[in-house]
Amino acid sequence: MSRERAVERRGGFTQRTVRWFDDRTGSAGGVRKVLRYVFPDHWTFLLGEIALYSFVVLIGTGIFLTFFFEPSTATTTYHGAYAPLEGATVSKAFASAMNLSFDIRGGLLMRQTHHWAALVFVAAITLHLMRIFFTGAFRKPRDINYYVGVTMLMLVIVEGYAGYSLLDDLLSGMGLAIGNAVALSFPLFGADLSNLIWDGQFPGSDAFMSRLFIVHVLILPIAIATLLTIHLILVARPHHTQFAGPGTTERNAIGSALWPVYALRSIGLLFAVSGVLFALGGLIQINPIWQWGPYEPYQSTNAAQPDWYLGWLIGALRLMPPLEIRAFGSTLVPNPFFGGALFPLLLFTFLYSWPWLERRITGDRRLHNLLDRPRDNPLRTAVGSAVLTFCLIVFFAGSSDRIFLEFGIPYEGQVVALRIAVLALPVLIFLLVKRTCEELRRTEAHPLRDFPGRVVRRTPGGGYEPEP
Amino acid sequence: MKRIELAIAALLGCSAIASIAFVVIYVGGADTQGLGISLGAALAFLAAAVLLASRRLFPDTPVAEERPEFARPPEDPGVTAGPAAERAEELAGEIESPAEAITRRRLLIAAGGAAGTALGAALVVPVASLGPAVADRLHRSPWRAGLRLVDERDAAVTPAMIGARGFVTAFPEGVDKRELAAPVIVMHLDPSSLNLPPGREGWAPEGLVAYSKICTHAGCAVSIPRSPLYPPRAPRPALVCPCHYSTFDPAKGADVIFGPAGRALPQLPISIGSDGALIAAGELSGDVGPSWRGTRGGT
Repeated sequence: MSRERAVERRGGFTQRTVRWFDDRTGSAGGVRKVLRYVFPDHWTFLLGEIALYSFVVLIGTGIFLTFFFEPSTATTTYHGAYAPLEGATVSKAFASAMNLSFDIRGGLLMRQTHHWAALVFVAAITLHLMRIFFTGAFRKPRDINYYVGVTMLMLVIVEGYAGYSLLDDLLSGMGLAIGNAVALSFPLFGADLSNLIWDGQFPGSDAFMSRLFIVHVLILPIAIATLLTIHLILVARPHHTQFAGPGTTERNAIGSALWPVYALRSIGLLFAVSGVLFALGGLIQINPIWQWGPYEPYQSTNAAQPDWYLGWLIGALRLMPPLEIRAFGSTLVPNPFFGGALFPLLLFTFLYSWPWLERRITGDRRLHNLLDRPRDNPLRTAVGSAVLTFCLIVFFAGSSDRIFLEFGIPYEGQVVALRIAVLALPVLIFLLVKRTCEELRRTEAHPLRDFPGRVVRRTPGGGYEPEP
Repeated sequence: MKRIELAIAALLGCSAIASIAFVVIYVGGADTQGLGISLGAALAFLAAAVLLASRRLFPDTPVAEERPEFARPPEDPGVTAGPAAERAEELAGEIESPAEAITRRRLLIAAGGAAGTALGAALVVPVASLGPAVADRLHRSPWRAGLRLVDERDAAVTPAMIGARGFVTAFPEGVDKRELAAPVIVMHLDPSSLNLPPGREGWAPEGLVAYSKICTHAGCAVSIPRSPLYPPRAPRPALVCPCHYSTFDPAKGADVIFGPAGRALPQLPISIGSDGALIAAGELSGDVGPSWRGTRGGT
């Protein structure tokens, strides 16, 4: 036996495996450093991970769906397990989504899990963004990564919209009709934009559906996965942020090492998230396209709700007063532009420009590895809360038709009240939050945990005495 | 310690059982609820086992790790000097030094910028292949005087049919119903309540009015004829779009009375043919659907 061979055979399974890889990649030193990487702990740090694992589930279930879905508006006659639509003329896209739901084993589970995962994905990203914003985690050296994150949020909203628009059921069609109106509404080039996307006048040619499909299953997922990779590298490079605590400084990170505690915790979270998503997909019905039926441009339905992450856009379209700017016999700015394009553009401009704005306001250009508590920066917390309030009210307006149907509160009254609220409440919230933060900073009390008062006890005689 | 190991083993066992249950359910009919609960449980048991291990099996003693130094952290107010700042300066020097040999630097930068911009523009231009030229296609409408109105099943629309159903979605005979300008909503109103814009005399025989069914706000179908058919019954008939609740007054040329729409629904003049069926008496009064820069028929 040669000496080399003797060395190769030494040790147990782990030793042999590691040596096999290290001989070929020289990676042992690097991997060792990775295993010792420290993760500071706080429950809000899990939000980004939940988003990451929802994305994993989305990719997995999505691949399954592509094997059956047919992105075509060519018509066919429906024959399948769902009797009420038997013999109906529908698009191949709708028919294949129906077959996925009724005739393919596990198809409905995958379709519904995919949809649920998308909802959780965007929700986790939104909450993650709120955490980053309110704790000042976007400050140098993480501002680039914040821009990457905000870009991903934009992409996943478009990705989700593209996804549920593919099925060619009544709700997808109504959503696309509105999307087309927003595209048309851009001043100057709107008509050309709509024309390029839909390949002609809405509802467009057959090319539109295959374009939408390739955008949903290839272009945007690759863009998101690329940005996600950059995002994770940029998180790990300066190491995680942490809240101030015993022993923490700007120069260190204190928490659990990757191996074994944090790795197990994160893998546990992966299983937990996917477990919840598959349980939701199996047990709770979502987007039953057979109830909506296929889309025809001359049909629509009342009290239809889009996926939650588009609620703020439908709300903005509803709240906008009937303003349409015309001059010299031509329409300069059609109405859907304000709610459907200007509002999201302004919101994302705010998100992109805030790190720069805050640097300008505070003059703070230093590096920050320790997080702020929301109270530590009253102005940022107040501005963020005001913007959030504005968005929440607009979001609420998106469901006013359901509130009208469920509770009988007149629609017109709701819209008028919300138009006032959307202007007044953010100002009120701004003042209230700013004052609360300043007060909390002064007293150093915890708004939920600490009790600043004294406990008294009632005596048998009816009086009170302080608790010892 | 031993008890925790046993508990973890039990959880892993439960996960295995749930996974096997998933396979069994899949083979035996693939009930969606069964699939979801079994796969969800398998993953949940696995999560519980792994999380229990991370919590109880291994000591979670906090570890401190030094961060890589990017610049001076705020404890030191000085911004310059230090290894990180030097690192950046050295790199900048290394990038710039070869360029020092160039004498006409600004000329080259300008020329390079021009070449880059022009190439970028050239690469973007093929985007125009995506759609046909806009031209007049958005103004196009299939409605012409003399075309018969038919319903979804191609039956001729008659006043009696509208009386029975309250309102009818009609299309020009022989035209693709998916065309955006094709569908009109025809409804019957009390002729004395009509107050149509000037120039539309005779557009509503016997109180029958026809408007484009596509909302001028965002292009959804205006499919709720509010009052007298559906609640709320007050104050008078209206056409409502369910997407953003643009509300139009059919007695007054479908003027906007509530909601975000910026202009009235285009009206189709109709007349009653010799056979009693409705026919178009002209073209739509304006452009159909959402507005764009060239929209005609705005008020």
